[in-house]
Amino acid sequence: MLIGGIAVITRKNPVHSALALIITLLAQASLYLMLYAPFVAGVQIILYAGGIMVLFLFVIMLVSIDRSIRERQFNSQWIVGIIAATALGGLFIAVYAKGSSIFPQHVLPAVENDNTQKIATMLYGQYMFAFEIASLLLLVAIIGAVVMAKKRI
Amino acid sequence: MLHITTLHYLVLGAALFLLGVIGVLTRRNVVIVLMSIELILNAVNLNLVAFSRMWGGLHGQVFAIFVITDAAAEAAVGLGILIAFFRNKETVNIDEVNLLKW
Repeated sequence: MLIGGIAVITRKNPVHSALALIITLLAQASLYLMLYAPFVAGVQIILYAGGIMVLFLFVIMLVSIDRSIRERQFNSQWIVGIIAATALGGLFIAVYAKGSSIFPQHVLPAVENDNTQKIATMLYGQYMFAFEIASLLLLVAIIGAVVMAKKRI
Repeated sequence: MLHITTLHYLVLGAALFLLGVIGVLTRRNVVIVLMSIELILNAVNLNLVAFSRMWGGLHGQVFAIFVITDAAAEAAVGLGILIAFFRNKETVNIDEVNLLKW
């Protein structure tokens, strides 16, 4: 998964980056399966790797990549970017090294026979409001994307 | 054999987050910047699901589903903006987005 992530940010061809991101997402779905979350793994594969990445690939095909492959790859401010990312990485290392004792060593394996049912019960019961708001958000996003990409409003 | 604790998942999530941040800050192509944003969101999802496993309840997984939904909406809108931008300028560099620069 880390190799896929590194390939996303370093490839020159954006199609290679998109394929590397698909590999990363599939690896992450398998990690979700290890974490006893089969529904999230299924949603990730169907929605993320099968929907969003296909959308990305369509837009990459629309936008011409011949000129962008021949141009320079990295930004004009990449030094500051690497310094900021190193500072953030140092912060992460400090936090995780200091607080690594509060995580339990052994976790009991969970039952995953009714994971989907339980998530559905929570989605329609406790998180019903968030569910409706999410569908409204998707409607707004669809209208926004269509209006943005039209040639003539 | 090494037991895979929650900390391992969190460190992996932090590493993915760092890769996404580096991608956002250093690449010139707008499409790759948008894909690095998706990497960041995936790192956050991994943290959420790892904590949901640690605490036993399913709240983290429901939140992760909502984050995936949000990522889809934002990717669609971002790509729409990219297409509109490309139609005007015929390039996908973000260094060329300098019309508001003083």
